[in-house]
Amino acid sequence: MEIAIVDYKGGNVQSVLFALERLGVQATLTADHDVIRRADKVLFPGEGEAASAMKELRAQGLHELLPTLTQPFLGICLGMQLLGRHTQEGGGTELLGILPFDVVRFQATAEYKVPHMGWNNLQALRGPLFEGLSAEDYVYFVHSYYAPVGEYTIAEAAYPAPFSAAVQHENFYAVQFHTEKSGPVGTRILENFLKL
Amino acid sequence: MLTKRIIPCLDVKDGRTVKGVRFEGLRDAGDPVALAARYAREGADELVFLDITATNQKRATLVALVRDVARELDIPFTVGGGIGTVADVEALLMNGADKVSINSAALARPELIDELAARFGSQCIVVAADARYNDADGWQVYTRAGTHNTGRDAVQWCREAAERGAGEILLTSMSNDGTKDGFALDITGAVSRAVTIPVIASGGAGSKQDFTNVFQQAHADAGLAASIFHFGEIGIRELKEHLCHDGIAVRL
Repeated sequence: MEIAIVDYKGGNVQSVLFALERLGVQATLTADHDVIRRADKVLFPGEGEAASAMKELRAQGLHELLPTLTQPFLGICLGMQLLGRHTQEGGGTELLGILPFDVVRFQATAEYKVPHMGWNNLQALRGPLFEGLSAEDYVYFVHSYYAPVGEYTIAEAAYPAPFSAAVQHENFYAVQFHTEKSGPVGTRILENFLKL
Repeated sequence: MLTKRIIPCLDVKDGRTVKGVRFEGLRDAGDPVALAARYAREGADELVFLDITATNQKRATLVALVRDVARELDIPFTVGGGIGTVADVEALLMNGADKVSINSAALARPELIDELAARFGSQCIVVAADARYNDADGWQVYTRAGTHNTGRDAVQWCREAAERGAGEILLTSMSNDGTKDGFALDITGAVSRAVTIPVIASGGAGSKQDFTNVFQQAHADAGLAASIFHFGEIGIRELKEHLCHDGIAVRL
């Protein structure tokens, strides 16, 4: 199985490579359009700031390639948010537009700090990505912006209101949390993705 | 529901765990990778590695350690101890650290926080503040392993760090550290109220009830400790069961 990790200088990809390695899977970190197009699975991790990420994706022509992909695709964290239409981050930034959500910032309060950082449980799970998991399962989140719940939502978390913990449109799957840092639960989700 | 985090802290020197870690069934308690994996299995929510190496090889050994830990560990970890430049931070993050904590370097030049947050995102920048109480000045921030008083008020400094882009505060009470009399509830509560980013409480944990108190009374988002975990005085799982019983949301 050929697995491509999209390389757009989007942060801590090493952890995703190591997580795959623990599953006995080798992956290629690449921005090469042909390699990405030919891969059996594409992973799209990301951390950091949306505007600079979009700038790098445009510089590499990846903003045109990624929406045309047809194999199973998994966005992680910022890699999920980038699939939306628009984000409030960076004073307002246009995104890839693969899924019809707009990314907004959490309102910080004394009780609900921002970033939303730590382990939260998943609710309203549906689809093959979450096979074998339940609302008792916790995953690790670190983010200040979120995608609201919509028809594309395949898992929710609450902080304090529900938001999209995972989304899907056709072959495009994405999770707001860090599968690679979510212990055995995250590993199960990665395994489920690799089986798609 | 977002849960409160329990964070064991490991001191490392020249790539090895120090501080007399005593663990039954662990053949090499000085091996940070094995120790980290064990804590992850027991239910630790995150780990902090504090590097106390003072040699010229510091940076290279720390990067190698981070890589070894990241290869094995499937929970987040933070690395701190003498990190002073954007290049230091980049090397640690690129090799698999989830967050870095900065302390003295941020106090020496606070703009470093802005630069790191802009470059890597606030989510991976932890500002560690070591605070000590005295009757004349209240809680003040110390650097250089608690030997140098900066003269800065702890609450004000934490607020400034948050405004400059820190994603989290690691607040250690030097007055409580090592006493096992409990966390410093007053300063932890004051900092937690003063900022809208998460606060990790550190220093003084001696019992399970101390964690209940710091979460319920001081509104800490996470509790960090070292020796009580290393010496097996409190198991992570039994601590979390205690917290759950007290009505505190934890990941079990």
